[in-house]
Amino acid sequence: MKLPYAVTLGPGSSLADLTGTWRTERPVYQTLTAPCGNSCPAGEDVRSWLYLAESGGAGYEAAWRAIMDVNPFPAIMGRVCYHPCETACNRGNLDEAVGINSVERFLGDRALEEGWQVEVSAPATGKRVLVIGAGPAGLSAAYHLLRMGHAVTVRDSAAAVGGMMRYGIPAYRLPRDILDGEVARVLALGVELELDTPVTDLDAALAEGWDAVFLAVGAQLGRRTYLPAASAAKVVDAVSMLHGLAAGERPLLGRRVAVYGGGDTAIDAARTAKRLGASDAVVVYRRTRERMPAHDDEVTQAEEEGIEFHWLSTIERVEPDGLLIEQMELGEDGFPQPTGRTERLAADSVVLALGQDTDLSLLGPDSGCRVIDGTVDTNGSLATARAGVFAGGDVIAGERSVTTAVGNGRRVADSIDAWLSGRPTQRDPEPNLAQYEALNTWYFEDAPRSHRPRLELARRSSTFDEVVTGLDADTALFEARRCLSCGSCFSCDNCYALCPDNAVLKIGPPGQYVIDLDYCKGCGICVEECPAGAIEMVPEEI
Amino acid sequence: MLRQIEGSRAVADTVALCRPAVVAAYPISPQTHIVEGLSDLVTAGDLAPCEYLLVESEFGALSACIGASAAGARTYTATSSQGLLFMAEALPNASGLGLPIVMTVANRALGAPINIWNDHSDALSQRDAGWLQLFASSNQEAVDLHVQAFALAERLSLPVMVCMDGFVLTHAMEEIDVPDQETVDAFLPAFAPRQWLDPDDPVTIGAMVGPGQFTEVKYLAARHQLAALDDVAEVAAEFESTFGRASGGLLQPYRTEDAEVVLVAMGSVLGTAADVVDGLRDDGIAAGVLGITCYRPWPHDELHDALRGIPRAVVVNRAIAVGAGSILGRDVRLTAPPTTEVHDVVMGLGGRPVTRAGLRQLVLDVLHGRLEPGALHFVDLDETIAASELARDEEVAVP
Amino acid sequence: MTTTPLYQIGTFAAGNRLLDPDQRSVQSDQDRTNAITSGHRACRGCGEALAARVVLDAASRATKGRLVTVNATGCLEVFSTPYPESAWQLPWLHSLFGNAAAVASGTAAALRATGRDDIRVVAQAGDGGTVDIGMGCLSGMFERNDDVLFVCYDNQGYMNTGVQRSGATPPAASTATTRPVGTSAGNAFGTGKSLPLIAMAHEIPYVATATVADLHDLEAKVVKAMSMHGARYLHVLVPCPLGWGSPSAETIQIARLATRCGLFPVFEAEHGAVTGVTRIRQPVPVTDYLERQSRFAHLFAGAGRPDVVTALQDRADRNIARYGLLTEETP
Repeated sequence: MKLPYAVTLGPGSSLADLTGTWRTERPVYQTLTAPCGNSCPAGEDVRSWLYLAESGGAGYEAAWRAIMDVNPFPAIMGRVCYHPCETACNRGNLDEAVGINSVERFLGDRALEEGWQVEVSAPATGKRVLVIGAGPAGLSAAYHLLRMGHAVTVRDSAAAVGGMMRYGIPAYRLPRDILDGEVARVLALGVELELDTPVTDLDAALAEGWDAVFLAVGAQLGRRTYLPAASAAKVVDAVSMLHGLAAGERPLLGRRVAVYGGGDTAIDAARTAKRLGASDAVVVYRRTRERMPAHDDEVTQAEEEGIEFHWLSTIERVEPDGLLIEQMELGEDGFPQPTGRTERLAADSVVLALGQDTDLSLLGPDSGCRVIDGTVDTNGSLATARAGVFAGGDVIAGERSVTTAVGNGRRVADSIDAWLSGRPTQRDPEPNLAQYEALNTWYFEDAPRSHRPRLELARRSSTFDEVVTGLDADTALFEARRCLSCGSCFSCDNCYALCPDNAVLKIGPPGQYVIDLDYCKGCGICVEECPAGAIEMVPEEI
Repeated sequence: MLRQIEGSRAVADTVALCRPAVVAAYPISPQTHIVEGLSDLVTAGDLAPCEYLLVESEFGALSACIGASAAGARTYTATSSQGLLFMAEALPNASGLGLPIVMTVANRALGAPINIWNDHSDALSQRDAGWLQLFASSNQEAVDLHVQAFALAERLSLPVMVCMDGFVLTHAMEEIDVPDQETVDAFLPAFAPRQWLDPDDPVTIGAMVGPGQFTEVKYLAARHQLAALDDVAEVAAEFESTFGRASGGLLQPYRTEDAEVVLVAMGSVLGTAADVVDGLRDDGIAAGVLGITCYRPWPHDELHDALRGIPRAVVVNRAIAVGAGSILGRDVRLTAPPTTEVHDVVMGLGGRPVTRAGLRQLVLDVLHGRLEPGALHFVDLDETIAASELARDEEVAVP
Repeated sequence: MTTTPLYQIGTFAAGNRLLDPDQRSVQSDQDRTNAITSGHRACRGCGEALAARVVLDAASRATKGRLVTVNATGCLEVFSTPYPESAWQLPWLHSLFGNAAAVASGTAAALRATGRDDIRVVAQAGDGGTVDIGMGCLSGMFERNDDVLFVCYDNQGYMNTGVQRSGATPPAASTATTRPVGTSAGNAFGTGKSLPLIAMAHEIPYVATATVADLHDLEAKVVKAMSMHGARYLHVLVPCPLGWGSPSAETIQIARLATRCGLFPVFEAEHGAVTGVTRIRQPVPVTDYLERQSRFAHLFAGAGRPDVVTALQDRADRNIARYGLLTEETP
């Protein structure tokens, strides 16, 4: 064509006009810390594995492997973890938190069904580490150390591995086949396992020539309190009772069982008592339901199973056929105060669930480890004062849960590896949390949460069958996709689609984006319309 | 082929022979028979393929032509007077974008007061819109100029206005040689646009041009229009050799050799003027007629040369520039050699017939010095009404 | 167990790695046409620049690139074609302010007459070039049922010339010619016209409203329109940060609020009858929309004009009732 001067122009000649010079601020893609991962005691990057799971199909295995990189027990977590991730989940501000725990369980169960394995690919370092205790902390540390190429020996006094996972948590919460399956996977990496082998002298153990030692002996002694009791009265502690049950014993508790305490162990004891044939199980607790440390979900399940609760009550005296209970009332400071009023409660036995203490007899007077308030003192790297000796799990101060122990195990493995190789430990960077307000939740469909169904009550009372079943694949996928991907791009293409200046470049599927600074005018629409809050405006230097 | 046919109808048939692909028209007297004729031809399938758009206004009509032409279609419309003004915004748009639209203007007076009869005020009011303006002196010439107009427009990538006197020509029934399809096809090649809307070669037509480039655009347009004078003459020559008759071109001199006085005019009065000149010559007066066919571009050099040696030129204006004098007359005055005395007269506004007697008297008055040079003379004015209305204006209103 | 339908993270976003590409918006496609590309001089955050690309890319896909565009004078034309720069990558013609519909009619006629009517015509204009000065030609195009899709980008004023009031300016808006001085509360109530309703009165094959906030909806309407022949009209609300006095980053959000409060109803009609309505998800009161724009600031400054706000809420409520914009379940 013969184009007349100035009246007619060629296509796209505006590209010569670099409108990026108009900017006073520019959008920058960012990845923030999601509140879920930030609150995970095991240190999982929850958002990342949910992202992988969202694809379904091969995404499940990819998501499982992402979890396994950090936590070797997803199926167990999916049953016993108290999911602080869900409490922190930003979706809770929209409708309900994402069912992260149920998705993790689904992935863990799927891995067991499919027989997915992990391998050790790191070359052998020649270092040898002794792990004292085959509970969650010890097994987690063993897992990570093996994957780093170290040789690991795990020594435990019990006849079977698992620690509190086996001996503290009843089967109706954590089926034995699940526990065995995940533990076996860890052991298959090459753990030298020494069961029925209590360690009574740390110095003697160290003298065997280990390059490092991890104290993961837990807190396995039920705390006892002085209770006036007739000699014939049956008083047991919950920890021993549950341990014995797991070891194959059948505790005789009678028809009416009272459990004294307000934590999860008390609830476990009461629900176990019911399953062992008690017609009545009563939890006696000196404060109120709102104040009790037991997790609400456990309490609700207990209530469904017919367990009674006596709030604001303390045991004065134990008789062979009952208890003398004193009623408390909350004082102005919120602490329970005795009222002097008493009542009788019929009970054939009392189970004390008043907390757990450590057994640190293996530490000699010159062990070099400091003990404070019954726990082993450690620094930020979980190292004790004794060189080469590390500690984690219930034996140290801090929250006592399987998840925390698993997290400790990973950190200890990193610390040991660092100490052995002379490198610095990995420091987690300061989290820059993705706030709910920075998200654009308009783009998320209303999607009520899927809850895991529960076993019918009739079956619950008589068997130790698992009470809470898992989600099927479709529902797990649905749940995973409820994630808002806080602070992390999930390739929704909004920025690319909504830029009026065509100044966002989409590079390759599934969609990575680059701002074309030649043309970006800094309007900020991309920031505002990013559902995940994964873009921020940064001032230009003018 | 010779036919006894109304001028409008002949124009319609001829336009159809030029194979326009899109016709858009809004009816206005006295153009209506042209667009009706075309409508019949399209409806009957005699003009095909052709899309006939029954538009909602003249502004819509020319706008549709702009869109059609820009898409690479040969396109045509027709209007008059008020209609021409209603599309005024689109006129320089069409010429500025370089679109070869052909439009018939059936010349009619501009209101207010509303007047549906013939003069040249409509076309001349748009003389600077960048279109070529050709004035037909007869229905035969009107027919011939339409064929030439399509060729010119497409050669130049400029729109062309073919002016023919409303009612006087459009509604006159006479013997006209309407060309045949074969000869028109031989004369007029298929439309090959300079630029057009094409998904395979996209361009942006109609950009905004600022102070930095506008002057150059206008300069080039001015040069282009002036250069068109050659094309107008060439196309007329090609027409003559193809169709066997002289028609169109820049000027139409008649018996101007050795003339003492020539009548200068445009349009249908040229026929009357030729009769008057024949009569004067018979009476021994050396009179002549200089017809101007191509008003835009203005044939400066040709007119200057044509008037050389002619002592008197009497310009018959069929429109005035209110508050400033005449239009055609001033143009002629600026172009004429200094030796030619130019007389400026107004005749035939709003459909008042220009008679043989009137023209003859005019020539005689000029020859006898009865017309003051330098003034604009309304020679067919009703002096009585004019005088009494002027007197009424002078009366002082009683408070 | 619940069944899992189409739910995926970010359902309403432009695209998604989890969706089949043909379920994503045209704009999310790496190979989209970019009918209007970078380097144009629209203000930061201009809704019209974005809408034009969305509409024409969708139209290009629907017509496999066999598309030409006629554009009226206005913001879009001015910021996209200042010599020597054109941001257009498809065939584009600009004639005058009021004649886009007639020019487009002529272009469509030409394509048909010359045997190229696989090439389709889209006309574009702002609200001024549509409802005011463009009204005559547009009505003619509708009446003749010419094969043109006419798209009006409605930013509710003559923005290009400095934010003057048009026939599409909403009541109570402050513009350069409807300033709230003295007792005036801005643009008068009882004025203004609804071009969608006028288009429906012409009973043309397809009329739809949409906004720049919902790409899927806008694209679907363009595609649907291009599947039909005859006169079609699309009215797209495009916020203007400059003229509306809103932050450039909030253009999409404000368009969304316009639909959520009911002041801008989103619907489709064929041959004069409403055939579909987009129901409001998460409704809001009109104040949520008005407060974000300084062209309505005079309604809230000092004692404010609560009577005017109430009148605007009434308008919104009437729209909601008239078009059925809320479901029974919507709270």
